[in-house]
Amino acid sequence: MPAKIGEVIQASTGEFTAQCYELHQPPPFGSLVKIREGEVEIYAVVSGAATTSIEPGRRPIARGREETEEEAIYRSSPQLAKLLRTDFTATVVGHQKGAGGGENKKGEGLHHYLPPRPARIHSFVYLCDPEEVAAFSQSLDFLSILVGAGSQADELIAASLRHAAAAHQDPRDFLIKAGKELAVLLGSETNRLNNILRRIKG
Amino acid sequence: MMEERRLGIIVSGSLTKGVEARLDSAMSIEDIAVGRYVTIEGEKRRFFGMITDVTLDASDPRLMTAPPDVSDPFIAEVLSGTSTFGRLHVLPSLTIGGDALSLLEGPQPMKTVPTHFSVVREASEQDVARVFGLVEEKQFYIGTPLDMETKVRLNPAELVKRSNGIFGKSGTGKTFLARLILIGIMQEGAAVNLVFDMHSEYGWEGTSEEGRKVKALKQLFPSKVAVFALDEEGARRRKVSTDFVVEIGYDEIEPEDIAMLRETLTLTDAAVQATYRLARRFGERKWLESFLALESREEINELAQSLGEHEATMAALHRRLDSLRRLRFLVPQARDNAIQRILEYLDRGINVVLEFGRYTDYTAYILVANLLTRRIHAQYRERMERAMGEDIAKPRPLVISIEEAHRFLSHELAGQTIFGTIAREMRKYNVTLLVIDQRPSGIDEEVMSQLGTKITCLLDNERDIDSVLTGVSGKSELKAVLAKLDTKQQALIFGHAVPMPVVVRTREYGSPQSYKELGFREALELKKQAEEDKDLWG
Ligand SMILES: Nc1ncnc2c1ncn2[C@@H]1O[C@H](COP(=O)(O)OP(=O)(O)OP(=O)(O)O)[C@@H](O)[C@H]1O
Ligand SMILES: [Mg+2]
Repeated sequence: MPAKIGEVIQASTGEFTAQCYELHQPPPFGSLVKIREGEVEIYAVVSGAATTSIEPGRRPIARGREETEEEAIYRSSPQLAKLLRTDFTATVVGHQKGAGGGENKKGEGLHHYLPPRPARIHSFVYLCDPEEVAAFSQSLDFLSILVGAGSQADELIAASLRHAAAAHQDPRDFLIKAGKELAVLLGSETNRLNNILRRIKG
Repeated sequence: MMEERRLGIIVSGSLTKGVEARLDSAMSIEDIAVGRYVTIEGEKRRFFGMITDVTLDASDPRLMTAPPDVSDPFIAEVLSGTSTFGRLHVLPSLTIGGDALSLLEGPQPMKTVPTHFSVVREASEQDVARVFGLVEEKQFYIGTPLDMETKVRLNPAELVKRSNGIFGKSGTGKTFLARLILIGIMQEGAAVNLVFDMHSEYGWEGTSEEGRKVKALKQLFPSKVAVFALDEEGARRRKVSTDFVVEIGYDEIEPEDIAMLRETLTLTDAAVQATYRLARRFGERKWLESFLALESREEINELAQSLGEHEATMAALHRRLDSLRRLRFLVPQARDNAIQRILEYLDRGINVVLEFGRYTDYTAYILVANLLTRRIHAQYRERMERAMGEDIAKPRPLVISIEEAHRFLSHELAGQTIFGTIAREMRKYNVTLLVIDQRPSGIDEEVMSQLGTKITCLLDNERDIDSVLTGVSGKSELKAVLAKLDTKQQALIFGHAVPMPVVVRTREYGSPQSYKELGFREALELKKQAEEDKDLWG
């Protein structure tokens, strides 16, 4: 099992927010993460991250006027790191039933649609390794979820495809297949299609 | 069984107009050719049809007005087959297989269309064999479908039940096709042939475009073919082994024969009518000789007056008929009766090729072909009628081949010529035609509609294409196919003798191997065979 990177702090069926254990170390935009929910593993694509003050009302203030390098700020006020937090959001794109219990064959029980229940608060979040990414992106059905994922959907699709491509034997072949899937999904939205294709053509 | 290459899925269509398939994105439209066969896996049955058109299409018309950056190979590849895609128009004709019953029954005419999203695949060799029949050893086949190896059978016995046509513009392979078909008819004994060989390319030898000589019927099958020559000298010069030299006596020419020459001799109606008066005056067998014997203008004028004809008409008629004298095979009295000889050969099952040699003009061709065919047909007719009444053997089925058929079967002539009669009466008297022509639009529509099977090479004149396809279902689709044939050695075949329209690459003719496959045996081989047989039988 890969190392956990954070913990769910807010969850709905289609999306969750997690807090990172390491400040400023969210998983990359578009990468695939997973959560265990009982017998079910929930897969999600990282759709954004933010670092903020831990207390909602209090905003950090600039501290580096006297310093020559940024790291010096954290060195001179070590408590700072405790006052900040990095959260990320992820869009749920699928789930796998019967996960965990024994060896699960690659891709078996894998569904590219939303799970029956959202993640529980405090579920651990893991970053998927390339093998899992490749297995999950064998099917491109998850793209239909991302197509409707709000204002940054196109950026998100492009990022997740770039990410997934890197896990495949033949990245170009994968991207062409994905591109074709998108062409079908987006139908007459030629502009969106063009935007995404320009972002993934590499 | 290996699955054939998948091409796409059905997206729309109708029984009358054919179905549309969307090409899979993995397929390049440039790999698809019209005329190819496909199968469609419907829910309950498999359909068999021909690709008749390919189209480019786009899911969004805006794509065409603002094309994406297709100079980028990645984007181009993504869009091809998805936002832009190919469509195939398929004309399904038959259902094959699917369940046990249909396997037993064989291919059946289509009564419905495959459902939406049925998968379209390239037809396999077995599918094609199932539709056109397996070709057994020694059975005649005409060629292979486009890009396939399966042989397409053309059943000579079926073929000769009706009159048939071979069409195509000049140089597309009509004569080569006709020779093949004649050999098929001969080899399977479906009928005996009489060929009016205007350009002397069926009897002894023909030439290929590259100037190579190709063997013709007599060289390949000496015991089954007799060459009759009109031009003895020419035949000797070309070293043709001739069986009979044809002479036609003036006494055998009837006014009807002259009527057919109206066009080539530019005769007026009045002149044609005058020949009948002449025949009444001098007698059926004497009229031409007597008329041509008149030498002076006075004699002709005198005759005109006594017959109540215009003098000018008679003079013109005399001039025109006198020009027939240059046809050296026309003699006052023939030494032998060509018609009787031809019939004797035909009765023995020997095919007759009548070579015209140097007489390559239409006057000679039309005169001789009409004259002989009229008499031969009359004999057949008489014998058939007797056979029906008296329970004696019918004469062998006869196929008469004519090139430049529009000269005999034009709209104006079809009502009067013997060829028009034969085409219309089907095989009532066991005689059918094989018409070969490069201008089918010049042939009478009714005659065209009577042709059982049409074999057509490339045609590019719109009227010719229309006339060939008149009355055929799927006409507009076949039109596209016909117009896209190769300029040589490809033909679209449709009609009685084939279960559905088929585009074939005509089998090769002219190489030693091709002769062998057609049943030709070298003399040496024959001798060896004879010796072996002798050894065997003592
Ligand atoms: N089956 C074939 N095998 C080999 N060569 C062929 C075949 N069919 C056609 N050809 C080639 O095409 C040329 C033209 O064929 P052919 O003489 O039969 O044409 P055509 O249609 O009869 O022409 P035309 O109208 O001038 O009489 C031949 O000389 C030969 O080179
Ligand atoms: Mg010819």
